[in-house]
Amino acid sequence: MLERVKEIIEEQLNVEGVEITEETRFKEDLEADSLDLFELVMAFEEEYGVEIPSEDLEQITTVGSIIKYMQDKGVNA
Amino acid sequence: MLTGKIALVTGAGRGIGREIALTLAKNGATVIVNYNGSKESADAVVAEIEKNGGSAEAVQCNVSDFAASEAFVKQILDKYKKVDILVNNAGVTRDNLIMRMSEADYDAVLDTNLKGAFNMIRHLSRSFIKQRGGKIINISSVSGVLGNAGQANYSASKAGLIGLTKSVAREFASRGINVNAVAPGFIDTDMTKNMTEDAKKELNNMIPMGKMGTTKSIADLVMFLAGEQSDYITGQVICVDGGMCI
Repeated sequence: MLERVKEIIEEQLNVEGVEITEETRFKEDLEADSLDLFELVMAFEEEYGVEIPSEDLEQITTVGSIIKYMQDKGVNA
Repeated sequence: MLTGKIALVTGAGRGIGREIALTLAKNGATVIVNYNGSKESADAVVAEIEKNGGSAEAVQCNVSDFAASEAFVKQILDKYKKVDILVNNAGVTRDNLIMRMSEADYDAVLDTNLKGAFNMIRHLSRSFIKQRGGKIINISSVSGVLGNAGQANYSASKAGLIGLTKSVAREFASRGINVNAVAPGFIDTDMTKNMTEDAKKELNNMIPMGKMGTTKSIADLVMFLAGEQSDYITGQVICVDGGMCI
């Protein structure tokens, strides 16, 4: 799952050649602002067919946290 | 010039919206002429644009309806792939003194004038953000800037558009999207045509320049705000009113 998640992040945030691990933080490490995060979340929603309510965005701060969030929602990829 | 740009103008069948549609098309934009009830007028605008060598399409949508405007935006994006210029112009009046203003008259005006603009911006926001650029122009009114007796509903909706403009301008600024409002004063259109001669005379006394404005004066400013000359202007309310708001 990490590989595809990485691809989506690279595409949405226009970051290439940056090492992305589960510990990577969107705001601090990838310099994503709030609009970037919304775009990212919408891309994940589209890719995995899950709905991520705005109130859950607070817990999504790292690459690992989005993967865990989707796994908790029953996404297996 | 707006060659290659896609412009969507709500309420473009008549009055100010019509003039805006014609002006943007004359400058090279492909214009989606939105209308709600007046199909014939919208078709006539498209015909005039095509006669002048431009490109346009009339599309019906009641923009006050959240779901309908979502479908409308989807239809446009499917076909044209993008919208570069959004002009929220659709507006109605139901004037009355507040003592006698019905709930229905209040709601109808707020729904079209304010929520309609929200609906269009909301549904196009993702597309605008993705393309990292674009122009949103909301047609407010001097009534929203100064207030106007007998227009509590209209004035509230137009003042609301100013708040909407400034907030969205802040949200979208980092993506190179300009959001501005134009506040027309008294403009010679169907909306103001039905006023009595006495009322018009009284009104002209309130305008420092002493006369009504033309739809062209509004469309020319919208054209400026839709083009690259205004790239560094956002969150502004520009009155085109012969000095009423001084």
